[in-house]
Amino acid sequence: MTTDTTTASLAVREAASGTARRRITRNDVMMYAAILVFGIVAPIIFPNYTYQIAVLWLMVLFAQTWDLVGGQMGYNSLGNIFFFGAGMYICTVTQIGLFTDVGAYTSSSDGGQFEFSTEQYYIGVAVGLVLAAIGASVLAVMLGWIVFGLRGPYFAIGTLGIALGAGELVGAWEWVGGGGGIPIPVYPGSGDGKAFFYYALCFGTAVATFAFLKWLYSTRFGLAINAIRDDEEKAEAMGIHTLRHKTVAWAISAFFLGIAGGLFGNMTGFIEPLEVAFPVITFGIFMVAMALLGGKGTMWGPVLGAVLFHIIKETTWTYFLGWQWVALGVIIILNIMFFQQGIVGWMQEKWPDLFGIEVDRSLVADTADDRARGRGV
Amino acid sequence: MSNLIEVRGVTKTFGGVVANRDISIDVAPGQITGLIGPNGSGKTTLFNSIVGYHPIDEGSIKFKGKEISKLRVQQIARLGMVRTFQQTRIYGKLSGINNMLISVPHRNASFGDMFRPYGHEHRERAEHLLEFVGLYQKRKLPSGDLSFGQQKLLEFAMALMNEPEILLLDEPTAGINPTLINGLIDRLKRANSEFGITLFVIEHNMRVIMNLAHEIYCLAHGELLASGPPEKIQNDQRVIDAYLGAH
Ligand SMILES: Nc1ncnc2c1ncn2[C@@H]1O[C@H](COP(=O)(O)OP(=O)(O)O)[C@@H](O)[C@H]1O
Ligand SMILES: [Mg+2]
Repeated sequence: MTTDTTTASLAVREAASGTARRRITRNDVMMYAAILVFGIVAPIIFPNYTYQIAVLWLMVLFAQTWDLVGGQMGYNSLGNIFFFGAGMYICTVTQIGLFTDVGAYTSSSDGGQFEFSTEQYYIGVAVGLVLAAIGASVLAVMLGWIVFGLRGPYFAIGTLGIALGAGELVGAWEWVGGGGGIPIPVYPGSGDGKAFFYYALCFGTAVATFAFLKWLYSTRFGLAINAIRDDEEKAEAMGIHTLRHKTVAWAISAFFLGIAGGLFGNMTGFIEPLEVAFPVITFGIFMVAMALLGGKGTMWGPVLGAVLFHIIKETTWTYFLGWQWVALGVIIILNIMFFQQGIVGWMQEKWPDLFGIEVDRSLVADTADDRARGRGV
Repeated sequence: MSNLIEVRGVTKTFGGVVANRDISIDVAPGQITGLIGPNGSGKTTLFNSIVGYHPIDEGSIKFKGKEISKLRVQQIARLGMVRTFQQTRIYGKLSGINNMLISVPHRNASFGDMFRPYGHEHRERAEHLLEFVGLYQKRKLPSGDLSFGQQKLLEFAMALMNEPEILLLDEPTAGINPTLINGLIDRLKRANSEFGITLFVIEHNMRVIMNLAHEIYCLAHGELLASGPPEKIQNDQRVIDAYLGAH
């Protein structure tokens, strides 16, 4: 009996991830409207939290872009933060390099010897973000040829190695400031003005990421990466261009992470490799934890997971007095051991109709013993 | 027309085990060719060699006159040669209909095709083929929920969706309820006669293969033991001995 229900619940969850093509319902529209309204009015109602909410949108983007490769395609990357850091450095170097010598700028201790005009600042940010997105994608394509030869845990460790290695390499690269980092060109305006400016960009990028992925999952691409997740050898045997799909998925993930990195560097005002650009054990792990918590392989799971995670973290982190890492570790372990489907996955099991999933419980029962017979031969 | 598949002198070893020794086989276009032999005689290994799953030690494999023994699985699949697996492989978390859609041929898929939606004609074809194998009612269920036999039928339908020129089936009746086997044989024959797909079928069940194939090859201990039309194979003393000896 217990086995039957588990199989049934498994089945429901599994079907859900494949149904990317469901129609947009009234519920969806209300949800979108609520989020858009919140996104627009939040910095007006909570002006003191503009920065935190901007970071929240980046967290949503982190979870979504991780899920594209980890949830929808089944390649659990631990190194996606690499593209965040790469984008951050590309953006910063562009912002500086367009108008002055990068080496001279980074080697001076305050970096402030060069004054950017207002026009130069905005041009630098615009061009920098575009190049960050493109540059991160190009890096993903190049690295993809190497790491997509790895499967399962080897892929996870390989990608982790890339992110850790990048932090070390950049730390030794004096032209980009080495371990000492780079002060970012100063925003030409008030502190509030800067907060609103980057808030708008973070919110807009997160919304664009969601919309893009929603569209992507409705195309053949969505099914193809689900097929790779379910059985990559079968996908190969059916002639699917698996490497092409994997590389493009990673490049898309990198594209948005690159923009996020460029934005976050500017919001922080100062970048350095280990804590800001390639924070493997904070943002790098958070993106995995958030997607798992909300429900990997689902559209809304990573969004929900990121919001919950960020709120819990921001409200409790300071009270843990050093135990926050233990708490985070416990949450991740519980999540993986007992709650793999995440919140949205669990909701899909509980209320499949809401998600347009068909279940046949009678069938599930006889499948179990039929399979026992069939596979045993 | 010449043979669709020409295997010449293929040898494949795993460590010390010679799974295939100096095998030569022809598969004629438009026909149903059978491959039989006791368990462990090297049938699946030969299939794997043909579809590029592993490199061969010696010999040549040609598909439509073109050497394919150095190509990879995906490239061979895109030439129009599709195989099914003895253990049955489907995308378990996807619904039946999605399993079908993702199986459209990728022969001429351009980069941009990845981002196109499936057309109405794909859905119609998918539903039609699901109906053909009797799974239309269950098309929206997660395919991992289907029974083993139903999964085998789905895998067969997926292969048809791929519009192959030749289909290599590894024990299509294994694990299927005996009462359903006749229906399956009938569908295999129709895939051959109505859709014009050449079939190359591994089959353990003698009754099934005698009923199905035009030409049969028999392997034993990795070597080719006999070949010929069903009547000849049926009465071949070496084949009878191999089968009796194996049990
Ligand atoms: N990947 C492999 N590694 C090692 N030995 C293998 C492998 N695949 C098959 N064999 C061996 O090759 C022989 C033929 O196996 P197989 O082709 O599966 O036989 P059949 O399909 O006729 O039952 C067996 O002895 C089997 O153990
Ligand atoms: Mg076999």
